[in-house]
Amino acid sequence: MKYVEEFRDPVAARGVLAAITAVADRIGATPEAPVRIMEICGGHTHAIFRYGLDKMVHPGIEFIHGPGCPVCVLPMARVDECVELAERPEVIFCTFGDAMRVPGTRKSLLQAKADGADIRMVYSPLDALELARRNPDREIVFFGLGFETTTPSTAMSVQQAARDGVMNFSIFCNHITVPAPLRALLNDPHMMLDGFVGPGHVSMVIGTHPYDFIAEEFGKPIVVAGFEPLDLLHSVLMVLTQIAEGRAEVENQYARVVPEHGNPISIAAVDAVYEPRPSFEWRGLGEIDASGLRMRDAFRAWDAEAKFGVGYGAEVRAATPEPEGCACGAVMTGRMKPTACAQFGKGCTPEMPLGALMVSSEGACAAYWQYGGVRALEAAE
Amino acid sequence: MCLGIPGQIVEITDADRQMAMADVSGVRREVSLTPVATGPLEDLLGQWVLIHVGFAMAVIDADEAAATLEALRGLGEAQETLEAMAEGQRALEGVQ
Ligand code: SF4
Repeated sequence: MKYVEEFRDPVAARGVLAAITAVADRIGATPEAPVRIMEICGGHTHAIFRYGLDKMVHPGIEFIHGPGCPVCVLPMARVDECVELAERPEVIFCTFGDAMRVPGTRKSLLQAKADGADIRMVYSPLDALELARRNPDREIVFFGLGFETTTPSTAMSVQQAARDGVMNFSIFCNHITVPAPLRALLNDPHMMLDGFVGPGHVSMVIGTHPYDFIAEEFGKPIVVAGFEPLDLLHSVLMVLTQIAEGRAEVENQYARVVPEHGNPISIAAVDAVYEPRPSFEWRGLGEIDASGLRMRDAFRAWDAEAKFGVGYGAEVRAATPEPEGCACGAVMTGRMKPTACAQFGKGCTPEMPLGALMVSSEGACAAYWQYGGVRALEAAE
Repeated sequence: MCLGIPGQIVEITDADRQMAMADVSGVRREVSLTPVATGPLEDLLGQWVLIHVGFAMAVIDADEAAATLEALRGLGEAQETLEAMAEGQRALEGVQ
């Protein structure tokens, strides 16, 4: 248990681990018949690997890595559309750095930049708005990517652009929501999940009620968690305790940051600017009903889809198959471990990613590679 | 990219646009206070907030800020965010 030394409070960690073991034994969890807990958020996936939490807890507990990394679930076609936008001479394409290396059919944004497209990595959509002010003769397109934590930032930036009359600024909206794919996963008969660790910073925005259906309709426990290692262990214990007591509830382990009803100002801004799309395509998961957002008609002037006729704004959308030999879909739904993918560490590494799960440290494959080199070898032997 | 980083509000820079200067691990960055602007902006001076892509998303206490920062450092995410802020600055200045 060498990992425990990494904790600020190893004594507390030992206590929680012992409690987890007691409950796991009580409900009869074994490596053959494990309790399967999905951590939804990519930040949690990263923390679990960084601290080796999956190796530390009772062997009857299996972590399934959820779809909560926006870069990882981005379909290749969307990357192609970004490249298409970025290659227009009038466009300055702005994006978060995370999206730069996601492979597209022809190239990634990083390659497009090397080939001369004007692509800027920004920290905030407000940086892109400022670029629009400073470059009135150019079209500034911001790649709106991310879950509910990020969506308010682009909504508020568009509202600011509207107030200031900045018309050479638009959002290429690919925002997605957390609850919709969870419903899809719970409806999938192959998916055997016993409970969830819910995302912390997403919930800071939306609150805990959007998860009510998980407990009420599907009878599964969910515990919203912070991302310190102790937070995660506590949350696992809370999920197990619910299972042991035959309860299924939405609990909030991270109440010090997550208010029950979220952040009302952010929710209102998102509602004003965006509306749900009928369906949206997820890499590895396919089309999911009402899982993505698009801009409302009132904000069409700032909608890159309408302005440039790309993406869901195009008349015909090309279908792009996933790259040959890529098992991203199976990994993302917990049906396959990253190490079981034929490309893992061969055709696909963080330096030269083939699939999106290898691109970001929040992706399961990159996490396995970064922290699980030894484990990968063990698995291969 | 989904994690916020703690910062302390040090100065209101543009009251109309609800913008303020925040100190994020010694780096100064202008952020929007809109999501947490439930009262007079001055009340937020000196407060710790969780900043995500340039927006203060929640007011937190100093202990939570310190613990969150340490967790982010453990994951390497604090450094990544500070680099992204610097990169954003370069993008504004047109340095490719
Ligand atoms: S190793 Fe690469 S190709 Fe295989 S599932 Fe992971 S990201 Fe996809």
